Amino acid sequence: MHLAQLNVAHLIAPLDTPQLADFVAALEPINAIADAAPGFVWRLKGGDQPTDTVRHDYGDHLLVNFSVWESREALWNFVYRSPHLPVLRRRREWFQRVAEPYTVMWWVPEGHTPSLEEGMDRLDLLRSQGPTPEAFTFHDFHEPATPDVA
Amino acid sequence: MEIDERDGDDLDSVTALGDPVRRALYRFVVAQGRDVGREEAAAATGIGRTLAAFHLDKLVEAGLLEAGFRRLTDRTGPGSGRPAKVYRRAPGERTVSLPPRDYRTMALILAEVVERLGGEEQAEAAARRAGERMAADAPPETDLPAVLSAVLARRGYEPYEEDGRIRLRNCPFHVLSEDRPLLVCSMNLALCQGLLSALDAEETAMLDPRPGECCVVFT
Repeated sequence: MHLAQLNVAHLIAPLDTPQLADFVAALEPINAIADAAPGFVWRLKGGDQPTDTVRHDYGDHLLVNFSVWESREALWNFVYRSPHLPVLRRRREWFQRVAEPYTVMWWVPEGHTPSLEEGMDRLDLLRSQGPTPEAFTFHDFHEPATPDVA
Repeated sequence: MEIDERDGDDLDSVTALGDPVRRALYRFVVAQGRDVGREEAAAATGIGRTLAAFHLDKLVEAGLLEAGFRRLTDRTGPGSGRPAKVYRRAPGERTVSLPPRDYRTMALILAEVVERLGGEEQAEAAARRAGERMAADAPPETDLPAVLSAVLARRGYEPYEEDGRIRLRNCPFHVLSEDRPLLVCSMNLALCQGLLSALDAEETAMLDPRPGECCVVFT
């Protein structure tokens, strides 16, 4: 099984404003690090340009990060043990603080590319039920239900 | 007094370091941050290869090192010899506290509270002040990079130099940083920055994380 992660963030201003300039500047290098990271499988791209963000119908100012990884460790090392961490530290400069969960993980069969709708459903599930094997977080992590038969 | 089974195991591990030769070998292997062969460890500690092998294997038994087999030369195929036994630090922590203390559980709870209250900025400010106080530990020397390394070493960071920067081999807050990385690594950075400012050091501290090490570097 592979690990899918959806992350949604509420921008404090449109992407083309000076407040977001540093964030937009970080998109290309950080995406390149993700794409080259050990255990990276897939991410949803907004277009051919490295700075294109995902377009969707879930509201303005909602920034979507959606990716699939080989393991918890692979995703964890990218999020917290790569140059992504210093960028993540600055999240308050660019995104609103939200009380409800804004990131969710779940297991997908290898080769399956999850849809954004599927991801949003998982996020809703996490928000309504709390962490379960179907929708969880790094902190309340769940291993795949069936052993991975390689 | 009761010592439960787990503490007993940890106590056995720590007891293995009572022998000064063994302690020197442990320190040497750990400080390399990579696989170390018997020959190299023996040479570095000034003892014979057989004695080094004996003590290194004792350290593996005690759970402080782990062993593997690796070719130490680039040669492969017939004539390249058997892979050599190599040693590195074992993962996991050994703690012995008498009387029993459990600061970890409380720290994990407090870290959760900080996040729930959205108190990250205040936590970083407090960490910075703690870092400033750490400068009081500084040895009376004038060479600032050496002073900085000495304070960091005393705090368990295991500093080493790489490409003209000071990196830290060990994260003293490992369990916490796995649990709440964003909060804990930011606090650790603030702590290091507080230390620098109190030392009047020219270096700057920044996050340059990589797996298996503390994420703060000094440039």
